[in-house]
Amino acid sequence: MPWTKVLIDKSDLEDTLGKQGLRGLSYRDALREAQRQLLETDPSVFLIGEGIDDPGGVFGSTVGLHKEFPGRVMDMPIAENGLTGIAAGAAMAGMRPVFIHMRVDFLPMCMDMIVNHAAKWSYMTGGRVGVPLVIRSITGRGWGSAAQHSQALHAMFAHVPGLKIIMPASPYDAKGLMIAASEDGNPVLCFEHRWLYDFTGYVPAEKYSVPLGKGVIRREGRSVTIVALSLMVYEAVKAARELAAEGIEAEIVDPRTIKPLDEEIILSSVKKTGRLIVADTGSRTGSFASHIASLAAEKAWSDLKAPVRLVCMPDVPVPASPALENAYYRGKAEICAAARELCGI
Amino acid sequence: MRAMLRVRRFEDKIVEVYGAQDMKTPVHLSIGQEAVAAGVCLDLKKEDYVFTTHRNHGHILVKGAAMAPMVAELYGRADGCSGGKGGSMHMLDASAGCLGTSAIVGGSIPLGAGAALASLLRGDGRIAVSFFGDGASEEGLFHETLNFSALKKLPVFFVCENNGYATNSHITARQPHSDIARRAASYGIPSVSVDGNDVLAIHAAASEAAARARSGGGPSFMECSTYRWKGHVGPDCDHLKGCRPKEELDKWMERCPVKAFKEVLMKSGILTAASYDGILREIDAEIAGAWAKGRSGPMPGPEELYKDVYR
Repeated sequence: MPWTKVLIDKSDLEDTLGKQGLRGLSYRDALREAQRQLLETDPSVFLIGEGIDDPGGVFGSTVGLHKEFPGRVMDMPIAENGLTGIAAGAAMAGMRPVFIHMRVDFLPMCMDMIVNHAAKWSYMTGGRVGVPLVIRSITGRGWGSAAQHSQALHAMFAHVPGLKIIMPASPYDAKGLMIAASEDGNPVLCFEHRWLYDFTGYVPAEKYSVPLGKGVIRREGRSVTIVALSLMVYEAVKAARELAAEGIEAEIVDPRTIKPLDEEIILSSVKKTGRLIVADTGSRTGSFASHIASLAAEKAWSDLKAPVRLVCMPDVPVPASPALENAYYRGKAEICAAARELCGI
Repeated sequence: MRAMLRVRRFEDKIVEVYGAQDMKTPVHLSIGQEAVAAGVCLDLKKEDYVFTTHRNHGHILVKGAAMAPMVAELYGRADGCSGGKGGSMHMLDASAGCLGTSAIVGGSIPLGAGAALASLLRGDGRIAVSFFGDGASEEGLFHETLNFSALKKLPVFFVCENNGYATNSHITARQPHSDIARRAASYGIPSVSVDGNDVLAIHAAASEAAARARSGGGPSFMECSTYRWKGHVGPDCDHLKGCRPKEELDKWMERCPVKAFKEVLMKSGILTAASYDGILREIDAEIAGAWAKGRSGPMPGPEELYKDVYR
């Protein structure tokens, strides 16, 4: 299926898209197209964020939209919590704002409005008033981005009842989940990774949505299940290629959204392979990976032939120096090592 | 007169019954501050938005929220205004433009501005009001929202009920100067300080603010100096706990907004002792009816626990 495939290199692109005559789009352009189509088809949608109308356009994901939709693509003061409240108030009054942060690291400034207000409004009003608000934010990496420009905080927000969390890895999902998030009617946080922006994949031109809570198998295999989030999907695909040469056939599960979480796709894969690795872009303690591990411990204990292994970032702030960055980031190598250990190689 | 008296009697009733301990929700009463709710909300249109705080009963009652579902909510009933999920601090009636209330200090400020932004983008002519206390003016949200509202000329007005205390902390322990309207004015927002116990003064300022918002003139700010007779939370008075001097309460009780307006109306012959008693009887009958209905509904079943997390 072209839409389940993540494309790592040029030959992938040619195989999947070129030969089949399918349209390829980058992750950034897929996000831009989703927002463009939302603005075009739903008058209640507007975009707001710091610098979203500048020439860079949030790493290209909003470029030019302010010209096409004047007044509905708004720059804003540097007041993250207040503007989250204003976006939430507009959502309560029937609009569908998309609030865009260039960095995930700005979300902690909005904790009060996200956690105390948007997340709880539907419940506190007995379902009478909802907050159809999408909040996009991007995890940075590399070039010394360091501790305040590289965080992955999805697990922290997943803990809060009332929020939904999407983590699209492929361009297809970036577009489809963005559209689904806007149409969902609840506060949805979209965690993107800066390194995903350049990846290209099959993206249909029409407006479509990908359901929240439905994972996808990126690669089938019988030896070990790798549940991978966001950029870790690509690390897992690269690892699986290396492992295949050693006779380990990894099955890669991309949950695509962590709240709601497609537990079924994870549990049935673990039932098949008996081994589980979870690869997460966040730091280890209290990670979403550990939540998935607890899911396996509770619901797939008898299927497991080996302990669960987590490949997470270490419990330290992200450092600046390239030497320390190299020591910090985990990916293909650690996934391969875990798979070899679990498979007894 | 009727609006103020209705709020007063509603909250007096809460004080009367609270000791029975079957109203299991923390109540933040506005007794002594009713002139603000009445002066601001009475002339708003039904479709206008009001966002308020944990001390919300008066605002939403005057705005037009149905009383019986509010009483049911106080008693945690399934037919409460939020189905027993919000309690006293999160009252609403969406059909009256009350889309919910925040019990986190400052929360109502951006939410009201956001509803005003929605109106501006749709061009539907609605305006929004944010109520909050003096403590909220110390929050970043106050400054962030006023800045944006002035920038975008949002059809909103901000009503700060300055009752001098944040829980038990006096304003002089919290602010270098207590001229809150002056801070609002620094954002280029027309701002006034009014006597928060003078319902006519509040009404005049609110009418001007509403007209400005409706005509595209942008936000307004009004600071209403008033006094909370009861504790921050609960039916008792703070001087009993040693939180403030009794003489201070006595002084403000002499300036009771309900009594003061009643005297004005009687002096001018608009109100007579008989017509006042008639109004009081009608209000008390409404309250008795709301209480009877509000306490008679079923409690929510345990299956309700998992509903409404999402819509």
